Amino acid sequence: MYELAYSRPASLADALALLAEDEGAQAISGGQTLMPVLRARLAMPSRLVDLLKLPELAGIRAVDGGIEIGAATTHADVAASGEVRAVLPALADLAGGIGDPAIRHRGTIGGSIANNDPAACYPSALLALGASITTSQRILAAEDFFTGMFSTALEPGEIVTAVRFPACQRARYIKFRNPASRFALVGAFAAQLPSGTRIAITGGGHGVFRWREAEAHLDSGGTIDAITEDMLDLAHFTGDLHGSAEYRHHIAAVIVRRALTALA
Amino acid sequence: MTAMTAPMGKFGQSVKRVEDSRLITGNGRYVDDLVLPGQTHAAFVRSAYAHARIGAIDVSAAAAMPGVVKILTGQDLVDGGLFALPSGWGLTSIDGTPARVGVHHALAVDTVRFVGEPVALVIAETRGQARDAADSVFVEYEELPAVVDMVAALGPDAPQLHPDIPENRAFTWDIGNAEEADAAFARATRRVSIELRNNRLVPNAMEPRAINAEWRAYDGSMTIHLTHQNPIGMRVLFMMLLGLESENHLRVVSPDVGGGFGSKAPAYAEELAVAFAARAVGRPVKWTAERTESFLTDAHGRDHVTRAELAMDDHGRFLGLKVHTLANLGGYISTSNALVVSYMYATMLCGQYAIPAVHAVVEGVYTNTCPVDAYRGAGRPEAAYVIERLAHLAAREIGVDQAEIRRRNFVRAFPHQTPLVYCYDSGDYEGCLDAALRLADYQGFEQRRAEARARGKLRGIGLSAYVEACGIGPSKLLASLGGGGNMWESCEIRVQPAGSVEVLTGAHNHGQGHQTVYAQIISERFGIPMDRITVVQGDTDRIQAGTGTYGSRASVGLSAAVKSCEKIIEKGRQIVGYMLGIDPGAVDFADGIYTSAATNQTVAFTEMVHAAHAATQFPTDQLEPGLVATSFFDPPNFTYPAGVHVCEVEIDPETGVTEVVAFNAADDFGNVANPLIVEGQVHGGLTQGIAQALWENAVYDPDSAQLMTASYMDYGMPRADSLPEFGLAFWPSPTPVNPLGMKGCGEAGAIGSPPAVINAVCDALGIAHVDMPASPEKIWRLCQERQEAL
Amino acid sequence: MTDMTLTVNGREHVVTVEDRTLLVHLLRDQLRLTGAHVGCDTSQCGACTVHVDGKAVKSCTMLAVQAQGCEILTIEGLAQGRELHPMQAAFHEHHGLQCGFCTPGMIMMALDIARRHPSPDAATVRAELEGNLCRCTGYHNIVKAVVAGAQRMGEPA
Repeated sequence: MYELAYSRPASLADALALLAEDEGAQAISGGQTLMPVLRARLAMPSRLVDLLKLPELAGIRAVDGGIEIGAATTHADVAASGEVRAVLPALADLAGGIGDPAIRHRGTIGGSIANNDPAACYPSALLALGASITTSQRILAAEDFFTGMFSTALEPGEIVTAVRFPACQRARYIKFRNPASRFALVGAFAAQLPSGTRIAITGGGHGVFRWREAEAHLDSGGTIDAITEDMLDLAHFTGDLHGSAEYRHHIAAVIVRRALTALA
Repeated sequence: MTAMTAPMGKFGQSVKRVEDSRLITGNGRYVDDLVLPGQTHAAFVRSAYAHARIGAIDVSAAAAMPGVVKILTGQDLVDGGLFALPSGWGLTSIDGTPARVGVHHALAVDTVRFVGEPVALVIAETRGQARDAADSVFVEYEELPAVVDMVAALGPDAPQLHPDIPENRAFTWDIGNAEEADAAFARATRRVSIELRNNRLVPNAMEPRAINAEWRAYDGSMTIHLTHQNPIGMRVLFMMLLGLESENHLRVVSPDVGGGFGSKAPAYAEELAVAFAARAVGRPVKWTAERTESFLTDAHGRDHVTRAELAMDDHGRFLGLKVHTLANLGGYISTSNALVVSYMYATMLCGQYAIPAVHAVVEGVYTNTCPVDAYRGAGRPEAAYVIERLAHLAAREIGVDQAEIRRRNFVRAFPHQTPLVYCYDSGDYEGCLDAALRLADYQGFEQRRAEARARGKLRGIGLSAYVEACGIGPSKLLASLGGGGNMWESCEIRVQPAGSVEVLTGAHNHGQGHQTVYAQIISERFGIPMDRITVVQGDTDRIQAGTGTYGSRASVGLSAAVKSCEKIIEKGRQIVGYMLGIDPGAVDFADGIYTSAATNQTVAFTEMVHAAHAATQFPTDQLEPGLVATSFFDPPNFTYPAGVHVCEVEIDPETGVTEVVAFNAADDFGNVANPLIVEGQVHGGLTQGIAQALWENAVYDPDSAQLMTASYMDYGMPRADSLPEFGLAFWPSPTPVNPLGMKGCGEAGAIGSPPAVINAVCDALGIAHVDMPASPEKIWRLCQERQEAL
Repeated sequence: MTDMTLTVNGREHVVTVEDRTLLVHLLRDQLRLTGAHVGCDTSQCGACTVHVDGKAVKSCTMLAVQAQGCEILTIEGLAQGRELHPMQAAFHEHHGLQCGFCTPGMIMMALDIARRHPSPDAATVRAELEGNLCRCTGYHNIVKAVVAGAQRMGEPA
């Protein structure tokens, strides 16, 4: 790791000020993705601004028709939360399957979505459920937040403070694990919302996306079994050592069918 | 809260390990734990290119950075008289010429030959400062074309790695008899053949390589703390390579070592460079590999491309075998690799079968990859994979059951001289097969297959009957085959006045449980509790002679211990003879007590010990005081552990994911000293073998020769949730080769399991072959083809 | 450099660290508690697992300064002299270790598993050990040890 300075601001305002005054400063939350990057000397921030203990980013709250999760809430806390499980059990399950127990004790929902790793789990839930993301400056719909691989609508110095989800009992996330890293080789989040079926896929390579063709197919009365990769644009997928684009494309359809079957 | 107790030892009992207490309380002492006064830290500048000419190296910016003590380049090492790393085995090609060994400098001098090869070394006050400065050493490279594929490397257009080695061919070696094999094939009515790849693996001992070297200018001596399987061997080698005056000028200490699996047996470039650096700076220098460095530079395992053909009669009786293997050496020949790819591999190609005519050719090929060397099994897994895949195909060809084809060909009489140098000493292959089949409920398999099919899963069963060679020796045989070192082991037993025993062995424990098993055996022989016995190892200041631990050779060291026990007991008999005034020949010893049948008198072992030290009850001009015995055991033959592994897999045809749902193994390790420990060894070996078959794979980019799998993000390590609970049974045929009848167990699991898994996958899919690792995508594509074919 | 205070195994330490220092290096190099090991660079092997404020974390994946004011428990804080913690005893009983390098991290994770699953079955333990690599044991005996250790922790002393 290169030399750097570390700050733990006491408030969101202090954190924003620290990020604003130093162009090389970077926010760190749980750090479970950032720390290995720093150790590999792949990034060189001048300062880390620690958001983990900020009171403004803490807590899980029931809100009208759903639940709001503070950005600094760890995966373990989401997984163990009775409130989350009561209104959105699939999200608790998803959180309980990220990384491993030690990672889940530090990694946070805010860190995960701000990083938007193309193989991360959370973005698929936000997109499928139509979550909204509260930042230090505004409220964004998930559709508008995720803009591509490792890329979001966040402006420099903008911090995610909370994520708001609608209640949804009929949702399911299935992760097809990369046998080496255990990240999602492909992950699929399927949800039955009042507005219809929503399906989001992560791990394709270019970032999380919705499978609108399959959603439309189901909402117009199509069967789960008839959903195949032929309805899915192969261009969403890239290949690597662990699976070709074609294989990921296929697996996406398989796990979507399985998630939907589990809901039905 | 529980305290651990040390019981009386008994051979064959599952005694709990005595070495655990320090390891489970965080008090293990591994090399990186050690900090010496004046400690400095090293970091390497490594090549990002797989093949390049080194131009100017600019260290000026780095040298000016905070904390930097010294920067060394390859030329500095050559100028300082450091010798290049040797090949530890002299192999002779078919044409009579010796193997061509590319010069391997500790730091590359003019050319780099694989990604990660060290080019320069920075020594600084802290680890962080060393890393910072290493990033600021600027090396000019003239990139050269690189080659990863062995066939390409042998071809006319390939870049040549070493100036004096055309075609990148180190050797073309053979064994067996080509004419007899040809004749057998001419006679045969049925044949099966296979082309396969034995995938390259990264050993991944959990403790990374580490060294802490300390130079004493006042007498020109050095101490090296080194995580290694063979500190005594390294002392001789490093003494020579560094040009130290004598063995007494180098102490090598290997304290707790966090796993080896063969990867801590070679002499490495980095360690040699650090030792040199310690002398250059006159302060202790420490280096501990980061995991990425381990991936790039720990000697890799396997990496064969093999074509093999088996000749049979109509009944499936094996008549002849021909094998041709390309063995990837990497950029240089690592210490033992010439042995691993020849006499540890091709000699075992007959497996458990009486095959009268065999011929095997091995070509050693340089490529722009990390050097390859011993990895758990070291040659024998590669051999078992070839013959057991062929056996599976033979069963298909003849139309008989997997077990039946093996029964028809088993060696049944021992000793059995194979056509490939080795002579199997003992065994009961069919009994072991039956034990394995019972354990696995082989009879019930078709029902399980049908039940799985109803769930949409393809279930398959695979057998593997392996035999391997352990406890390498005797020294003379190995020397005649090209060996460069002794193969015996020593053991000194010192009995202290108050009755405690110190055991000094040249074998090295890095997880095998030696402390326990030595104590167990000596406790039983002397009739004293195990906690009175301390095993000393891994420090050349205390142990002068030995060979280290690799190749499942615990039986060799333990046999030396038995000889020393016998000497102590015998001397005790003489002492007791004097004490009782009777002929020593009339003194019996059992359960810790000397007895005289004639006089009904008894002397406890501890009383004899007191007497030996007090030296008052016997004439010291006729019998020396004290109680110390040293023995050397040079094994008269290898031992040949064998076994049958039965693997059941279920494949999800929609995703191609293969799950090992059952794995049962019946093994003949001869007598088993401690079943608890031996089972642990088997569990670990099976896991590494299953992982080779399904997940592990070191992949170099074919164009850039970059290692694509250089971390746990990309290299598929086995994890707790990807494995079944194992079923084990022992089917011992004690070996006559050593006094304990033990054969060795450390590598067997990794030898038998890969073919068992792949045979099960092939059985599930009804296919002839799939290369390892049987990754989900590969299997999915095979399922697609199968679907189309239906 | 930052001055910080933390409690390790019940004892308060005031230390000065470079901001970039990892928690594991503070423990190993400055406090000389070398039980937590560094086995990888990518937060996957779990050899460095310690407890921070009661929860298992990878001490190679947080900065030492992030542990300001925290309670740290390491492998060295479990046994009382020769009296082993029940989980340590279970690893010994069931031969849940060979080379011992992954063992401190395994035991610290095992305690965390037992905290969350007082009576775990083998499948739960296997799933929960996803982030702890062992190269020696094939996990077989580690799983047995964790199941037994958790069971014993739940029994009256």
